[in-house]
Amino acid sequence: MQSFHFFRCRLLKLFGALFLLFVLMGASVMVGVSELSLVSLFTNGDATAQLLLFESRVPRTLALVLAGVGMAVSGTIMQMLARNRFVEPSTAGTVESASLGILAVLLLAPGLPVYGKMLVSTLFALAGTGIFLMILRQFPLRSALMVPLVGIMLGGVISAITTFFAYRYDMMQSLSAWTTGDFSSVIKGRYELLWLSLALTIAAYAAADRFTVIGMGEQFTTNLGLTYIQVVRFGLVIVSMVTACVVVTVGMVPFLGLIVPNIVSMAMGDRLRRSLPWIALTGAGLVLVCDIAGRIVIAPFEIPVGTVLGVLGSVFFLYLVLRKQSRAT
Amino acid sequence: MISIENATKRYGETIVVNGVSLTLPAGGITTIIGPNGAGKSTLLSLISRLLPLDSGMIAIDGLDIVSAPSDALARRLSILRQDNTMTARLTVRDLVEFGRYPHSKGRLTAADGRKIEEALAYLDLQTLADRFLDELSGGQRQRAFVAMVLCQDTDYVLFDEPLNNLDMKHAVTMMKLLQKAATELGKTIVIVLHDINFASCYSDHIVAMSNGTVAFQGTPDDIVRPDVLQAVYDTTFDVHELHGNRIVTYFV
Ligand SMILES: Nc1ncnc2c1ncn2[C@@H]1O[C@H](COP(=O)(O)OP(=O)(O)OP(=O)(O)O)[C@@H](O)[C@H]1O
Ligand SMILES: [Mg+2]
Repeated sequence: MQSFHFFRCRLLKLFGALFLLFVLMGASVMVGVSELSLVSLFTNGDATAQLLLFESRVPRTLALVLAGVGMAVSGTIMQMLARNRFVEPSTAGTVESASLGILAVLLLAPGLPVYGKMLVSTLFALAGTGIFLMILRQFPLRSALMVPLVGIMLGGVISAITTFFAYRYDMMQSLSAWTTGDFSSVIKGRYELLWLSLALTIAAYAAADRFTVIGMGEQFTTNLGLTYIQVVRFGLVIVSMVTACVVVTVGMVPFLGLIVPNIVSMAMGDRLRRSLPWIALTGAGLVLVCDIAGRIVIAPFEIPVGTVLGVLGSVFFLYLVLRKQSRAT
Repeated sequence: MISIENATKRYGETIVVNGVSLTLPAGGITTIIGPNGAGKSTLLSLISRLLPLDSGMIAIDGLDIVSAPSDALARRLSILRQDNTMTARLTVRDLVEFGRYPHSKGRLTAADGRKIEEALAYLDLQTLADRFLDELSGGQRQRAFVAMVLCQDTDYVLFDEPLNNLDMKHAVTMMKLLQKAATELGKTIVIVLHDINFASCYSDHIVAMSNGTVAFQGTPDDIVRPDVLQAVYDTTFDVHELHGNRIVTYFV
């Protein structure tokens, strides 16, 4: 009976958070360069306002939420796979590989539809992240901090390759347009791929217990009768596909997968069946807040959400490192 | 019954488990003793398929550990390793609940719930159940890991130095608990121990390893003798008879 009470309590809190998220989404829809008045929208059926709402504002908000959910959950899975708190798709070579994939498409098959772009980008992301995990397996690193450093270095190498080719073929601008996390150009018809990332996230939730077991380490995993490498592969596919979806539609959303899983883990641990819904909600909420802030601070101009998150994430990363060191000494 | 035939494990040129053939009978407590580096942990990891065999064969109740499905083995055999680092942040209860994973695959039934409460109670963990593992002392954490393995409720349970970090009271409680599991629940328990006196008082069968091979095996009466122990450990021992048990001193 007691456990039922606990369960209800947890569910209530989750619904509270969901409600908050809806409020944030409402705010996100209302904030923008051109005035959007609810009154004129619904009383005299203002056609331009409706167009603005459904063609631009709502898609943008949905894209933010979906990307936030996807990146936060991917970050969590990465941390379980690498058994390291400092890892996320942008510190493991995943994002950089996905971008290289996009460049490859832009160069070799520019006419490919967006799903094709996503697929190629996924394959690149898979390869890059696979290399990262292989390096970790081959050279067990003594310090936890070395792991993201290796990932960042690998990402740097891959980026350098991307830049080299982009520069040679005069593609720097269109590449950066593709990969900088920017939601201002999201309109109806250009973000729907992100629903796929939501579907993948739900698949990840169905396997939540397996990812927690993986986070306990290879030996615990074998002892509990799971095949380590199978679960790792599944996780890799999810992370790579979600990252590719996000990079292809809105560009890089850095550090989200680092900040959110760490905050939620501090509060409630790593039992993913319990914590993943919170990670998803927090991820969505944080992107929305960063986006709204980016739109307000220097209005009528915008700071891209990727930049806001980059600043926030770097500070948080430093906090994590310093906190870890003060605990170690 | 665990049957081991010619089990061999190498790291590069060095052979750490060298053609071990051994039959561990079902039921009772078997203790593996031997000096540091003798290959005890490696042998346990081989039996529990955590390490791949280089050659030889190991079967649990006739089930070949190489070809049998891993999840079927997980319902028959569980292992607690010597050093367990846990990067995932879990509570004691989370950890113990995962012991049921091979049976429930994450969907806990009422019966699973009872096993979990039982395991927590056996190891005196109820008051710590909702604490995170990284907020516990070494001995408390060790007890949580043991509770997880017991909760897995397999016929064969392997422990690599389960008394690590435990105080005297909890060490004795742990050994009594394992004895109870063996006699009342019919489990087969295999333990690596460094404390020969615990091995002497609680084992049905002792296997002494050195240099990757089985040097001696037999009942405590066969093994706990000055000459045998000296041959295994290369240091001098005195053996005393005390309340019907053999107690070893080796401090001076
Ligand atoms: N990963 C490894 N690579 C190389 N050598 C290893 C590895 N693991 C163990 N060894 C070596 O294998 C030998 C047996 O190790 P094992 O851990 O089985 O010993 P043990 O009997 O459990 O010792 P202890 O009492 O110290 O726990 C040791 O000499 C050790 O150095
Ligand atoms: Mg050992």
